[in-house]
Amino acid sequence: MATTIIFYILAAIILICAFLAVTTKRIMRAATYLLFVLFGTAGLYFLMGFTFLGSVQVMVYAGGVVVLYIFALMLTERQGSNEKSPISLAKKIVALMASLGGAAIILFVILTHKFLDAALTAPNEQLISVKLLGQQILSSGKYGYLLPFEAVSVLLLACIIAGLIIARKR
Amino acid sequence: MDYTYTYLILLLPFLSFLFLGLAGKWLSHRTAGLIGTLILGTVAALSYYTAFEYFTADRVNGVLQTLVPYNFTWLPFYNEGLHFDIGIMLDPISVMMLIVISTVSLMVHIYSFGYMHGERGFQRYYAFLGLFTMSMLGLVLATNIFQMYLFWELVGVCSYLLIGFYYTQAPAVAASKKAFIVTRFADLGFLIGILIYGYYTGSFSFDFTNTAVYLNGAAPSVGAGFSKAIAGAGFILPTALFLMFIGGAGKSAMFPLHIWLPDAMEGPTPVSALIHAATMVVAGVFQVARMFPLWIQYAPDTLHIIAWIGAFTAFYAAAVACAQSDIKRVLAFSTISQIAFMMVALGVCLPEGSFTDNHASLGYMASMYHLFTHAMFKATLFLCAGCIIHAVHSNEMAFMGGMHKYMPITHITFLIACLAISGIPPFSGFYSKDEILVAAFQYSTALGWIMTGIAAMTAFYMFRLYFGIFWGTENKAYHEEHKPHESPAVMTIPLIFLTLITLTVGWILPGTFGNYVSATGKAYHIDIEMSVAITSVIIAIISIALAAWIYARSSQPIADRLQAAMPRLHKWAYHRFYIDEIYQFVTHRIIFAHISRPIAWFDRHVVDGFFNFLAWGTNATSYQIRTLQSGRVQQYAFVFLLGTLILILMLIL
Amino acid sequence: MINIYGFLILSALMLFIGIYGFLTRRNTLAILISIELMLNAADINFAAFNRLLFPSGQEGYFFTLFSVAISAAETAVAIAVMINIYRSLKNNFVDNLDKLKW
Repeated sequence: MATTIIFYILAAIILICAFLAVTTKRIMRAATYLLFVLFGTAGLYFLMGFTFLGSVQVMVYAGGVVVLYIFALMLTERQGSNEKSPISLAKKIVALMASLGGAAIILFVILTHKFLDAALTAPNEQLISVKLLGQQILSSGKYGYLLPFEAVSVLLLACIIAGLIIARKR
Repeated sequence: MDYTYTYLILLLPFLSFLFLGLAGKWLSHRTAGLIGTLILGTVAALSYYTAFEYFTADRVNGVLQTLVPYNFTWLPFYNEGLHFDIGIMLDPISVMMLIVISTVSLMVHIYSFGYMHGERGFQRYYAFLGLFTMSMLGLVLATNIFQMYLFWELVGVCSYLLIGFYYTQAPAVAASKKAFIVTRFADLGFLIGILIYGYYTGSFSFDFTNTAVYLNGAAPSVGAGFSKAIAGAGFILPTALFLMFIGGAGKSAMFPLHIWLPDAMEGPTPVSALIHAATMVVAGVFQVARMFPLWIQYAPDTLHIIAWIGAFTAFYAAAVACAQSDIKRVLAFSTISQIAFMMVALGVCLPEGSFTDNHASLGYMASMYHLFTHAMFKATLFLCAGCIIHAVHSNEMAFMGGMHKYMPITHITFLIACLAISGIPPFSGFYSKDEILVAAFQYSTALGWIMTGIAAMTAFYMFRLYFGIFWGTENKAYHEEHKPHESPAVMTIPLIFLTLITLTVGWILPGTFGNYVSATGKAYHIDIEMSVAITSVIIAIISIALAAWIYARSSQPIADRLQAAMPRLHKWAYHRFYIDEIYQFVTHRIIFAHISRPIAWFDRHVVDGFFNFLAWGTNATSYQIRTLQSGRVQQYAFVFLLGTLILILMLIL
Repeated sequence: MINIYGFLILSALMLFIGIYGFLTRRNTLAILISIELMLNAADINFAAFNRLLFPSGQEGYFFTLFSVAISAAETAVAIAVMINIYRSLKNNFVDNLDKLKW
């Protein structure tokens, strides 16, 4: 019961903030709304019992990516007014139609599919401990994620280097 | 007798054409003329030899045989009887035509050496003369009607090329186009006639020996045979033959397709002599003569229609010739009139006993005889006219008069030719014209008297011309400035030669022409029927006297009074009764304006418009499509999204 | 005891809000924000299905974990590119970036 209510509150926050993020004229506000969306998502993860994931979401996304966005936005602020000319109404309507159509299709597919257990089971009595997660990430046996872990770390290295090179001063 | 050398008669002039046409630019005028003339001389010698061999060969049952030395199937059509052959056929009339064509052509070659001296395009002229000679020879030696049609068209092309020889002058260009277009238009009838004929009889060949078999209902060996034409629709064969005659009428300048011949005088005078007096214009007559067995057996009434058309044409041409002032035009209308005489002669043949009876088919022999003699004296007349024009530098009679003082040889030859065409014995024209009149009287007395009257008109206008040139009012002022002189020997020798033929053919071989050329192939001794002969001679002498009385003195008061009395008649005759204007009106105001223009509009706007529309459509579509590649990421993402959604829809539906 | 449908509908709506933002915004950084929204929607989907289908397994969990890491890295590179663009063009309009059609 309680979970349902919390779920709905979080869902409302997420949807409202997402909508505001894409329709506001001021970029800073968009970034802020994004922040709230990410917090909401983290809350959903906590609700589902994925505590580690939720914390990673808060740390990396909300704390890192959004800050990065704010920095970038400040660095690339346009001189003068914000909007030169508004986006044409036709474009907005077409995009709206496409999105609504797509949403309708996907929702149709979702709602007509019969899922076996329509309800998520309760979170485990034992939450997945970090020790278990750590052992799983670093194990190379079945259900071990060592290889993706290493690959992601290489990727992160590459991205750091790429970011540095692309954005350095000439 | 081996006639395999006859292919040379066709090949040599063609080689002359090729050589002079291709290499003429680098040859001097003298060399080109010599080569052309020598080749023609060889051809003439071969023709005479062939004729001698042919006419003295053995006869079967008294009939000269039709020989076919060569006959190759060139183009087979679906029906095994129908095929387009190329070959050589020796037959009394074709051998006679060989003599005519090669003689006149040789004379014209020699004459042109002097007449065209110094002209630009001399070698081209001789090349075209060679091509023309080859085409005409091919026409008369044809073994089947398609070969005749092929060479018919070639002759028309040569006529076009030679009339338009002075292509820098607009009248010559217009005249050559007119000649070609009118004859081509008539040839449409010829072609349709050939096709109908070939479809119903199943054969294009001139070998008519199977007709008796067909008439008895026997199964023909080739194609459908005549029986279908006879039994089913009895008018098919006459229709086909008449359509073919229309083609011949165009070439032979029958009314109303005669309009091109007077204008064709824009060409050089030797060309007029060769093509438009002696050879090409008789092609129509020759065609009817060639198909004569069919005409006389299956379409005798249509043949009589041809006679009346010929009679009207002869009368019309004679009436117009009386009022012309350009000497070549007078000769042109005279040609039209004489060819009409030949057509009348063919047309009055009667079918009783069909072609087994030479007496009923006297007209055939008379027509061919007149063709022979007419070619000789008309060529003489034209070549003399050429000498006169050369001396006076003008075609108009106003610049002539009193020329007998300056040009004696031309005077004598012209006089002899005029006497021949008027039908005075002992010149050759008398004999041939007399036979035509006898044949006409045999068919119908009315037609006989009409033709006699036209013969009188012929004598009248020819002697009007003669007196106008050589006696009459002399243009003294002009003659003081440019003294006319006699032509050089190279131009007078052909005149003398042709005149000799005119003198001798009639009386040295009396009655013997029919021994060689007659409707059945059997010898036919010509007798002179005294009543007709004496009548025609008396009438001719009266006409000549009349012309002399009016025109021979140095002024012509009677002529002027006649013209003042009947001004409109004179004007109408001078303008050839406005036939050309009628043609212009019909073609320009009616056909061009109301038929051709709408069709042209349709072609330009609907047909072309459709394709322009296709092109425009493609262009516009591509212009729209190119906006898909705009480079804008959001548009690409949008398209991507749409594609994905469509795929999902396809998967779930 | 949360209905699966709720999660799925939520993630679907979030996804299409992100698509709408992608198609409509003019600032490139706003487009990147929309991309973040879409990624997060997908992550929620993974987590929910993991919970539905494999209550005792962790595949979806780890997938989401790695997805977060990777999207962070990709964001960094994208922002570097945008800063580079800003240096050349002095603005951040996506309409100016249309040279890739040739």
